[in-house]
Amino acid sequence: MIDWGWIADHVPAILGRAVQHLEFAAIALVVGFAISFGLALLSVRYRPAYPVVAGLAGILFTIPSLALYSSFVPVIGLSLLTVEIPLVLYTLVIYVRNIVAGFDSVPAEVLEAADGMGYTRMQRLRAVELPLAVPLMVAGLRVASVSTIGLVTISGILGSSFGGFGFFIFERPNFATEILVGAVGSIALALLADALFGVLQRRLTPWSRLNVELEMAKTGRSAAQATAAV
Amino acid sequence: MATAESVVFEHVTKRYGVAEARREAAAGRLPAAVDDLSFEVPAGRICVLVGPSGCGKTTSLKMVNRLIEPTSGRILIGGEDVATRDVIALRRSIGYVIQQVGLFPHQTVGENVETVTRLLGWAPERRRARSDELLELVGLDPSRYATRYPSQLSGGERQRVGVARALAADPPVLLMDEPFGAVDPIVRERLQNELLHLQDQLAKTILFVTHDIDEAIKMGDLVAVMQAGGHLAQFAPPAEILANPASDFVARFVGADRGLKRLALTRVNELDLMAPVTASPGEDAAEARRRALADPFPWLLLVDAMRRPLGWVEEADIPTSGNLTEELASAMSPLLDRRTTLKDALARLIEAEVQAGVVTDARGAVIGLVTAEMIFDWSRRTAEEARASEGPTRETAS
Ligand SMILES: Nc1ncnc2c1ncn2[C@@H]1O[C@H](COP(=O)(O)OP(=O)(O)OP(=O)(O)O)[C@@H](O)[C@H]1O
Ligand SMILES: [Mg+2]
Repeated sequence: MIDWGWIADHVPAILGRAVQHLEFAAIALVVGFAISFGLALLSVRYRPAYPVVAGLAGILFTIPSLALYSSFVPVIGLSLLTVEIPLVLYTLVIYVRNIVAGFDSVPAEVLEAADGMGYTRMQRLRAVELPLAVPLMVAGLRVASVSTIGLVTISGILGSSFGGFGFFIFERPNFATEILVGAVGSIALALLADALFGVLQRRLTPWSRLNVELEMAKTGRSAAQATAAV
Repeated sequence: MATAESVVFEHVTKRYGVAEARREAAAGRLPAAVDDLSFEVPAGRICVLVGPSGCGKTTSLKMVNRLIEPTSGRILIGGEDVATRDVIALRRSIGYVIQQVGLFPHQTVGENVETVTRLLGWAPERRRARSDELLELVGLDPSRYATRYPSQLSGGERQRVGVARALAADPPVLLMDEPFGAVDPIVRERLQNELLHLQDQLAKTILFVTHDIDEAIKMGDLVAVMQAGGHLAQFAPPAEILANPASDFVARFVGADRGLKRLALTRVNELDLMAPVTASPGEDAAEARRRALADPFPWLLLVDAMRRPLGWVEEADIPTSGNLTEELASAMSPLLDRRTTLKDALARLIEAEVQAGVVTDARGAVIGLVTAEMIFDWSRRTAEEARASEGPTRETAS
């Protein structure tokens, strides 16, 4: 049923599409994060802005991707932007929610301690709030990466210069092998991103209780021992 | 070492409220969280702010390092109005221990303690040395603890780190908001003792918040009892608060057992101890008997060559001739170290069902006797004295 010969003949093309897929996704993830970070900071500093920002981003997220991709074609034609603008818009709601949740997760007493000891606003943001918000930010990145990789696939409907693995899905609707390569490739990339950010999340937070316990389980000591009472 | 500085509250009032409520506040229509608070804490003393929940203790504390700005009045540190100082520099010069400790979870214990010295731009080696020194001071071995994260500490250890962090830049003034609130009574007692011990060396000016009157009495050189609405009900040394509460509120707040609490503030060596008739084994019995009979407390206390007590000889048991022997000793009173509190001394006497306890010095030698009656007399006399000298510290209850 699977045409292995076709696959063997198209290894360079498949690798090329994998690179394109990652490129499209990476650009959207980075740009989307930058924009969302700004929006999230605004929402945290000026709380009334949050429902508005989250509401708008949420509405964007509900627009079907096929419709959103096509709607930009008459306006800006076919270019990298045609793919990236929708991709970026879709990341916003995931990112903003997670970044705001990250800042909200910083305990009030930690902020008060920071203020009381004489951190300036900027110092507090950089040295206290950001590091503590990182776990939820990376969690957002993880979800956004999976979602974006899926959406890149759909951009294959815009034509042969788009889609990453999605290109194979849309090229010849009756050729099962090619469609399968496109689908499996997309899914593999998504799983890979998920795993990667999962590891990153743990690496970036050596201090969290969960990681501390994992570390101790590894070295064969129980957490109870290490946190023995004074 | 930075010298301590006095802290003075001058008619400090705080009314919380949003911007447009300010006019209301000015018109005195918003209830105050802190109402016309005035007191002075001399340099190097511990002042405890105590009172029921919501009476404005935390608010008062936070106005010192300007986490909260007073609605009116001013606070002086070392004679200087805090409002005129740069707020960031001010906070870095004040040690602050917050109620829930608030260690930075993403930083190691060492990094936490280095916080203020880092902000002040100390060189890394100097910060490190200071942090190790402080961890040792609060009883945490730096080689074991400096690289741990707060999530790897017990509650008591965290509170110690919180205190070490507040002391990092050797601030002349320390603010402590229920610093030992989150630990069990046994650990709390140990931390209290350690802080008092530290304070002997540091002599900081400390504003200490608690809602526990026993902690206030134990820790404070001065105690500010606060009342709902942010009123200062009484500001005085603990002994005076107990002996002479300024109002019914204070009396109720310190509790019906305030008499007993006063006993816990005084040690037996502060009383005029009774001198027992003593003699050592081998001495002439007849002469000792004559001395014992001449005493209002006609018992003989046998002591060894170092004057350490061996036991009592009842009047009837003292031989009329020959020498005293150790076997004559029939009973022994509770031995009380000279630093025993009157409260503990009384408890020991009741427990042993005897009238008198033998007070000994550090080497165990007899210094005198204390009786239950002497303790009652002391209590009555000092309470009367306190009432007689209605001092300027007494606030009239309005
Ligand atoms: N940010 C705020 N805005 C409005 N009201 C406040 C604020 N903070 C405190 N209050 C009110 O001010 C009063 C005093 O509060 P404060 O926190 O100083 O009390 P406290 O004596 O420290 O109490 P506790 O022992 O419970 O900690 C309370 O009635 C409280 O509800
Ligand atoms: Mg409080």
